[in-house]
Amino acid sequence: MVEPDLKPTDNHIAKGPPVPKLGFKGGIHPTDHKAATRSAPAVRMPMPARLFVPVSQHLGAPCQPLVSRGDLVQRGQTIADVDAMVSAPVHSPVAGEVISVNLRRLLSGSTALVVEILPDEHQDWDSWMLVPESDDAIAMVRAAGVVGLGGAAFPTTVKLTPPRDMPIHTLILNGCECEPFLTCDHRVMLESPDRVVAGARIIADIVGAERIVIGVEDNKVDAADALRAHAGSDVEIFVVPTSYPQGAEKQLIYAVLGKEVPHGKLPAATGALVQNVGTALAVADAVQLRKPLMERIVTVSGSVVTPANLIVCLGTPLRDLVAAAGGFGPDVGRVIAGGPMTGTGVADLGMPVVKGTSGLIALTTSQTAPCVNGDQACIRCGRCSDACPMFLQPFAIGIYANIASWDGAEHFHALDCIECGSCSFVCPSRRPLVQLIRLAKHRLMERGAKL
Amino acid sequence: MSKKLQDRIISTDVELPATTLASSPHVVADQNVSHIMLWVVGALAPTAIWAVINMGAVALVLLFACIASTLSTEWLWNRFARKPQTLKDGSALLTGLLLALALPPRTPWWIAVVAGIVAIALAKMLFGGLGWNLFNPALVGRAFVTISWAGVLAEQKVPGGWFRGIEVAASGKYDAVSGATRLAVAATDRAASGAYDFSLRDQWMPLLTRNLEGSLGEVSAGLLILGGLLLIFKGIIDWRIPVGYIGTVALLSWAFGSDPVFNVLAGGVLLGAFFMATDYVTSPMTRTGRLIFGCGCGLINVVGRFFGPSPESTTWAILFMNGLVPLIDRSLIPRTFGWKGRKRA
Repeated sequence: MVEPDLKPTDNHIAKGPPVPKLGFKGGIHPTDHKAATRSAPAVRMPMPARLFVPVSQHLGAPCQPLVSRGDLVQRGQTIADVDAMVSAPVHSPVAGEVISVNLRRLLSGSTALVVEILPDEHQDWDSWMLVPESDDAIAMVRAAGVVGLGGAAFPTTVKLTPPRDMPIHTLILNGCECEPFLTCDHRVMLESPDRVVAGARIIADIVGAERIVIGVEDNKVDAADALRAHAGSDVEIFVVPTSYPQGAEKQLIYAVLGKEVPHGKLPAATGALVQNVGTALAVADAVQLRKPLMERIVTVSGSVVTPANLIVCLGTPLRDLVAAAGGFGPDVGRVIAGGPMTGTGVADLGMPVVKGTSGLIALTTSQTAPCVNGDQACIRCGRCSDACPMFLQPFAIGIYANIASWDGAEHFHALDCIECGSCSFVCPSRRPLVQLIRLAKHRLMERGAKL
Repeated sequence: MSKKLQDRIISTDVELPATTLASSPHVVADQNVSHIMLWVVGALAPTAIWAVINMGAVALVLLFACIASTLSTEWLWNRFARKPQTLKDGSALLTGLLLALALPPRTPWWIAVVAGIVAIALAKMLFGGLGWNLFNPALVGRAFVTISWAGVLAEQKVPGGWFRGIEVAASGKYDAVSGATRLAVAATDRAASGAYDFSLRDQWMPLLTRNLEGSLGEVSAGLLILGGLLLIFKGIIDWRIPVGYIGTVALLSWAFGSDPVFNVLAGGVLLGAFFMATDYVTSPMTRTGRLIFGCGCGLINVVGRFFGPSPESTTWAILFMNGLVPLIDRSLIPRTFGWKGRKRA
């Protein structure tokens, strides 16, 4: 295989037409459905009657609530925290009163303590309890509760402190937003390009990266232009071909650096750190405005009356998002939190928005993938392996997982699967391939395999 | 400036519609198995129609016999094996169509029926149905009857097309009694003259547009090429198989001193390269594998044509390569992303 010539040519730096068309091998091109919300500015949704703020909204150690029933809270007040490395505190997005602290089921499927807040009649959206000032930017990012906003909700502070033996030379901001329907990152880049670039510089400064690259898919050239207008000579805008899953961490690193993250290693092993553009904005808010992460942009789209990009307080019930979008349209087949390729099916509209919730999508019945019991035998068309961005052979792993042969699944590198779902998407036999691979990964990890 | 806001949402009457719940991904590509099979059938339909127009009722009878045979065999098999019916996937229809196009027009209808039964029962259902068969069902059916009734198939009369009488009278070259194919005539000429023949150029146009010697599918190479290109353009078949196949045939024919274009257009090469060798189930699953497979088919086809007992070697070439597919797949497992320079455990 030929390594692409990836010297940072002046093409990337010059404020001219974008040049690199690197991308990655494999991938799919689902209908993007972004037109409905692409040019809808992010608007603050009406105040919900109640907020249900989970005390843990990230991957890692769960937080403990710091408030109890009857407490009055301020906008931006820390209401849950824990003294652990892989964790992020949670703040109240509104001024109001704590009604209860109870266990509730969340979108992730797990049950967690949820702080129910009755918001005050009048809210001042332009002020908040300031994050404690510190010389240490990481401490401010931690105190502001910033997590990865691309969907994984991994605490950002952890990624900002990479292992000592893996120096970071390139910060890559992920503005690909390759999931269909979602436009929240697109709006962030269009509406706050200066803040995104500011956040990028802060992060690069923290990790000591000498190079900053912002990767944007070529279906969002307006966002690339907006960023370019605020990027100095220190920030390169990479326009990459639109292809799912270009926004996956390993595929974006490959598109930018031409390097594969070695099996079993952290992405930092390539010298790259990837952060979502929304995360960069949150970092800039945390460090410069001392603003905690209390709200985010959520794309509400699909079969709803008025698709929109909403500025949503964390803890807002999904039901209120649908109401803000005018209610459901006709023929809703499935409601999804996040994008349709990796998002979670919603069983209960009372579940709240959390930091990782990028969208609320109502698919019509004809758009919705059939449930898995309709699958047929593999016809060996090979589309799954052609589409797999990790060069796996999903059909083979699927066959082994089907007969509970976990050794066979491991031999075909089930553990390298990034669960993007491209294989299930393309399968003409409608075989639940990524679902079978997930099962295999789960079983393999149960018996001690490491990712 | 602070925005003092806004009406609270009181409308909590939004209810979740009756929806299904499953894990991601929640969307799928449009093409399913039936779509794919019907696209291939559609790509072959002009050829079949053109064959009926030019060869007459015999072609229609053959098409009907083959398709009815494959469909009913599959239905009966599922019925007696107590399995769900699978006719809707369209693969039995395609097998029947391919089988008919691979047989000479005057094939007795009962031979066509036997070919259909063998294709579905022996080559497909016995292996476990669609997806599990090792060999191309249509070609197995054709191979079976070609061996079993070699005499009947070879001695048949020329097709009685509506324009047939005029053409036979006009050409004078083709043996109106044996109905020898152009390929067979070329082979006989070659044997008689002892030299390979570059003067087959005047055969190109009839082969491309209207050819009554050979199987149904050979009626027009041009229509087969158009159908094949359509499937490549639609992303249904991988160009590597037909390009590898046809390229090898052309190159080797030229190397053996024959006319490469004639050798591609005549006989079963195009039907095989675009529609038989590209059968998903019986071709390799990697891109490299497909190229190797296509080249292998072309190699065996040409070697069979020039040095074998009969110039019609497409069936055997593809069936032989079908048998190598597991080996090709096993030796070409792709390197996983991030495993550069590492051995598979």
